Amino acid sequence: MQKYDDLTEFVLRMGDSALIQAQRLCEWTGKAPALEEELALMNVGLDLVGQARNWLDYAAELIGDGTDADALAYRRDERNYRNVLMVEQPNGDFAVTMLKQFLYDVWQFHMLSKLRESKDDRVAAIATKSLKEVTYHLRRSSDWIKRLGDGTEESHQRMVKAIDDVWRFTYDFLQLTEQENALIDSQVIGDVRDVAAQWQTKVNAVFVASTLTVPKPAEPFYLNSREGVHSECLGALLAEMQYLQRAHPNASW
Amino acid sequence: MSQWTLFEVFIRSKHGLNHKHVGSVHAADAEMAIENARELYTRRNEGVSIWVTPSAQITATASDEKEALFDPSEDKVYRHASFYELPEEVGHM
Amino acid sequence: MYAQLVETGTKKLKTLDEMGPEERAFQERIDAEIKIEAKNWMPDSYRKTLIRQISQHAHSEIVGMLPEGNWVTRAPTLKRKLQLMAKIQDEAGHGLYLYSAMETLGADRDEEIDKLHTGRAKYSSIFNYPTLNWADMGAVGWLVDGAAIVNQVPLQRTSYGPYARAMIRVCKEESFHQRQGYEILLHMMRHGTEAQQEMVQDAINRLWWPALMMFGPSDEHSPNSAQSMAWKIKRHTNDELRQRFIDQTIPQLEVLGCTVPDPDLKWNEETGHYDFGEIQWDEFNRVIQGHGPCNTERLNARRNAHENGAWVRAAAVAHAEKKQKAVA
Repeated sequence: MQKYDDLTEFVLRMGDSALIQAQRLCEWTGKAPALEEELALMNVGLDLVGQARNWLDYAAELIGDGTDADALAYRRDERNYRNVLMVEQPNGDFAVTMLKQFLYDVWQFHMLSKLRESKDDRVAAIATKSLKEVTYHLRRSSDWIKRLGDGTEESHQRMVKAIDDVWRFTYDFLQLTEQENALIDSQVIGDVRDVAAQWQTKVNAVFVASTLTVPKPAEPFYLNSREGVHSECLGALLAEMQYLQRAHPNASW
Repeated sequence: MSQWTLFEVFIRSKHGLNHKHVGSVHAADAEMAIENARELYTRRNEGVSIWVTPSAQITATASDEKEALFDPSEDKVYRHASFYELPEEVGHM
Repeated sequence: MYAQLVETGTKKLKTLDEMGPEERAFQERIDAEIKIEAKNWMPDSYRKTLIRQISQHAHSEIVGMLPEGNWVTRAPTLKRKLQLMAKIQDEAGHGLYLYSAMETLGADRDEEIDKLHTGRAKYSSIFNYPTLNWADMGAVGWLVDGAAIVNQVPLQRTSYGPYARAMIRVCKEESFHQRQGYEILLHMMRHGTEAQQEMVQDAINRLWWPALMMFGPSDEHSPNSAQSMAWKIKRHTNDELRQRFIDQTIPQLEVLGCTVPDPDLKWNEETGHYDFGEIQWDEFNRVIQGHGPCNTERLNARRNAHENGAWVRAAAVAHAEKKQKAVA
């Protein structure tokens, strides 16, 4: 497994998470529950690929060995991917997809809000630009959680099941590492230490409004995205996403 | 019958301009209609403000009322500035 | 052309003298290039034909997302991924603009979509062909969107106001689709490996004839054309549009350095147009009748999306009703 310096690792984590979340959204093409929703899901996906590209461009510059965003996206194995575990999980039904989107949006929203205050100009700039998009993503996904949680008996049951399936991965983005704490102490990145608490408050509020029960905080167990120990499904996702670049290593697209 | 309600969409494309009818969307409620209208009609920066209203709430003139409603204004030329002739030395008014 | 073989329900054109006063006023209005609007009187057959034509056009946009969806998870670079996502999203949008125009005629979107799902409504034959390599994303943009644009540009002047306005919006947004497709191919031809260049030629070989079929049957086999032209919901014949497409596409093909699989294709100095070979109409008819390579997959995909989404749509309605009650 490749390890980079603390800032690069952090930037990769933000970029990889956006990219993998977008890749899962792409899988919804032609399958959305309403035509209006096809547009909406793709819009969020477009924003996230754009964000991923900004983060990965920066990561490539930090690495500085001539790599670029495409090489990082399309030539790294799953052990070198740094995305949070939740976004790689399969889409499941629309309840699972929207729940993942919502939990990710809340995290992104609070992370990016703080990252705007980073001393590192690039991190601050990417965060400022991304936050506008994420503010809208969060509004939409919160609305859907309420519609599904407090909709029909069936939709409520599906949300309950979705929470059962997905909640266990949330520890992975709520806890900070020693290296991330060091970046905060040196003010390279904004102080994201409160994000876990802010995330919990927002999730609680939306769940309550959606007649959903908030589970106990998830406990870390074995899987660790920062060490590249992902769920099995990430390998298959990357095999699909990276197929052309892997099959034609000398090609230009 | 459609499961979601049909809403008419009006967009203000720039500050200072009127909202203009652009089309319709389907949505379960007005909030969703606004979101769907934003996704559909402002993908290329076309709007600064959106109105939606259920299509069923629109009352329109019938086509056979055109003469009664609009023709009478045709001969009221005195409502237009160009009707009034002023000597050139008055300049622009 | 996204609307092929649209039934008008009339086999013989009426002269103005044979029309009643309302229909005569309607036809004179069309002849004078004055738009027909939703609340205006119109013959029932005009209304029904338009609903068929616009819904067929809209269904084509929506089904047309599927062959591209086949590659969106495998786009080779972040830039190509963004472009393809934006294009697919536009297609959903164009489908919605068109359904919206159709609903002004009193048609119900869910009912028309149900006709698609139950095989009672058509969509363009082209989307029943598979997309088998990445160059297909280029060839679809260049040839399929290119053919669609040739058809849609004149429809901006179609007689029905809401349809014409939807087409103006569609044409404006679609201008990037064709260029995007062509650029994918040109880049692979100029900067790609041999394997990539083979992909490009392979994609053109497979999609060339189906793209020409998009314009529908030849004029002598288009019994509905005369009425549609009189109503100005069709502004040029199938053969005129097909010829226009070929004439503008072959020079672009030459820039690519590729060929089309038609030994009879050659420039005709006398007519000022390209001559081309015979289209396999039996293949076209098979695809239109539901027996193309992907008809089953495309329809199943649309049906599944609709059925799997039923509980989501119902939940949204139930929630809206609860909110409404809480306010009341």
